[in-house]
Amino acid sequence: MLVALVAGVSLGPVSLPPGSVAAELLNLFPGVHLDSGLTEREIAIVTELRLPRVVLGLLVGGLLALAGGCYQGVFRNPLADPYLLGVAAGAGLAVTAAIALGGAGRQGTLSGLPMTIPLAAFAGALLAVTMTYVLGAAGGRRGSPAMLILAGVAVSAFLSAGQTYLLQQHADSIQPVYSWLLGRLATAGWHDVLLVLPYAVLTTVVVLLHRRELDVLAVGDDEARSLGLHPQRTRYLLIAAASLGTAAAVSATGLIGFVGIIVPHTVRLLAGSSYRVILPMSLLFGGAFLALTDVVARTAAAPTEVPIGVVTALLGGPFFVLVLRTARRVLT
Amino acid sequence: MIPEPGVPAVEVRGLHVGLGGTPILTGVDLTVAVGEWVTVIGPNGAGKSTLLRAVGGLLPAPGAITLFGTASAALRRRERARVVATVAQSPVVPPGMSVLDYVLLGRTPYIPALGRESTADVDAVHEVLRRLDLAGFHRRELATLSGGERQRVFLARALAQGATLLLLDEPTSALDIGHQQEVLELVDQLRREHGLTVLATMHDLSLAGEYADRMVLLAGGRVVAAGTPPEVLTEHLLATHYRASVRVVPGAHGPLVVPVRPTRP
Repeated sequence: MLVALVAGVSLGPVSLPPGSVAAELLNLFPGVHLDSGLTEREIAIVTELRLPRVVLGLLVGGLLALAGGCYQGVFRNPLADPYLLGVAAGAGLAVTAAIALGGAGRQGTLSGLPMTIPLAAFAGALLAVTMTYVLGAAGGRRGSPAMLILAGVAVSAFLSAGQTYLLQQHADSIQPVYSWLLGRLATAGWHDVLLVLPYAVLTTVVVLLHRRELDVLAVGDDEARSLGLHPQRTRYLLIAAASLGTAAAVSATGLIGFVGIIVPHTVRLLAGSSYRVILPMSLLFGGAFLALTDVVARTAAAPTEVPIGVVTALLGGPFFVLVLRTARRVLT
Repeated sequence: MIPEPGVPAVEVRGLHVGLGGTPILTGVDLTVAVGEWVTVIGPNGAGKSTLLRAVGGLLPAPGAITLFGTASAALRRRERARVVATVAQSPVVPPGMSVLDYVLLGRTPYIPALGRESTADVDAVHEVLRRLDLAGFHRRELATLSGGERQRVFLARALAQGATLLLLDEPTSALDIGHQQEVLELVDQLRREHGLTVLATMHDLSLAGEYADRMVLLAGGRVVAAGTPPEVLTEHLLATHYRASVRVVPGAHGPLVVPVRPTRP
């Protein structure tokens, strides 16, 4: 994660020596005064342009990975992910509605989104996950894992259609919404970090406090109940927390897919199956993953930037197939 | 929970359970004394598992069930979990989970909400693993164990729960005949050493009769016979309720039930 931080700040149209950047980052801590050898302008690039972008990447990546891991535990479904469950689409629709109907960001830029946007996104996310859950469970008492994912796909399609309709009716919003939808770390400022931070903290605290309960849920609802838990109550709380994290991430940076599936599964391979380990490590690795992906996004086709959502999808598509192959046993 | 002398471990009075509008149990009475092993038998669909689930608190049964003198409905979930432990017929085996982590889940009713295991919890689990000859297995992945080993791990989780009432739903159905005996001997040994009370359901009648103090025959949602194994395992009762053609042969530890091909008229 520290590597990602330094690399994310160093690399870009103006390359800065990593050693100097590390020194300048340490200078941000009170009482540290190191001579980084950077000019005023370079220091400004570090603290005003690149640092907020990297910090936002760390936050959003961590949140998406944490939410993905959490959904996988709650639904006992290796394929669960904020995107496949339709949660991100729900949050996306809500943000689009806020922009198109509420006029937020009309001036062609989204910086300066009101602090309430994540709350609207949260409402959309909850609506979506409820729809997916109800539809996915319709096939049986709790439904099969595959049913849930198919329901998520249906809900996503439905909500995306609503979004497209909204955009068509409000053509003046297309430009800002579209650039936001593709994943928008490029224009990130400290404002966006502040927008996400409170929700990120809340989500992280709630989810991490319940990581042992997720291990108990893994043995089944009956067993969890006979061990003294309220499985359904725990499930609702964690769904809400993960959806809040997803909503905050989506409202700050648009649709960045697959982080919630790539990161928790990689952590599983490295560190085992206990959610007590998976969740905190997903948070860290998710942040590092997205910050590094962002480095790729802005250097791969320099001087233009590839939207970060495109990069994660390029990585995530094949990875998803891999998970699908190993999870076949669970799904049938 | 320290039982007062004479108070039964389980007392079920007039239990009615319906699932989705279909009555499953219609007025079941059952008493299990402290330290006793009672096995519920009955044909498929008689309601054996449902009875066990109700006693374990997994199904609402207001007023019908008393555990060690306290109404089950009055117990909080965590309190009940310290009194009753259930081993389901085929428990979920979470992929990748180690034996130690799985058995540690048994300590859940002692861990404060949002807390984590104390060293005392971990010690208790290692003690249980040692007692069940699983000490060398604690790092192994549960999913890689054989059926008999797994069944021992499930038992270990239930024992780690520290409950004195053990509910076993078909504890031997997935095992070969040697492992069936091994698991039942183990349960019986634990019962004698730790004063556990066992309420089980079983399909293998000979095996059930050899280990149970008393048996309850359930058919059509009610108790049709109850008593010692020789009282319940009779050719007449089994013919009536299982529609089975059997010979019952006296054995050293209980009647042996041998299926005999019906003679054509």
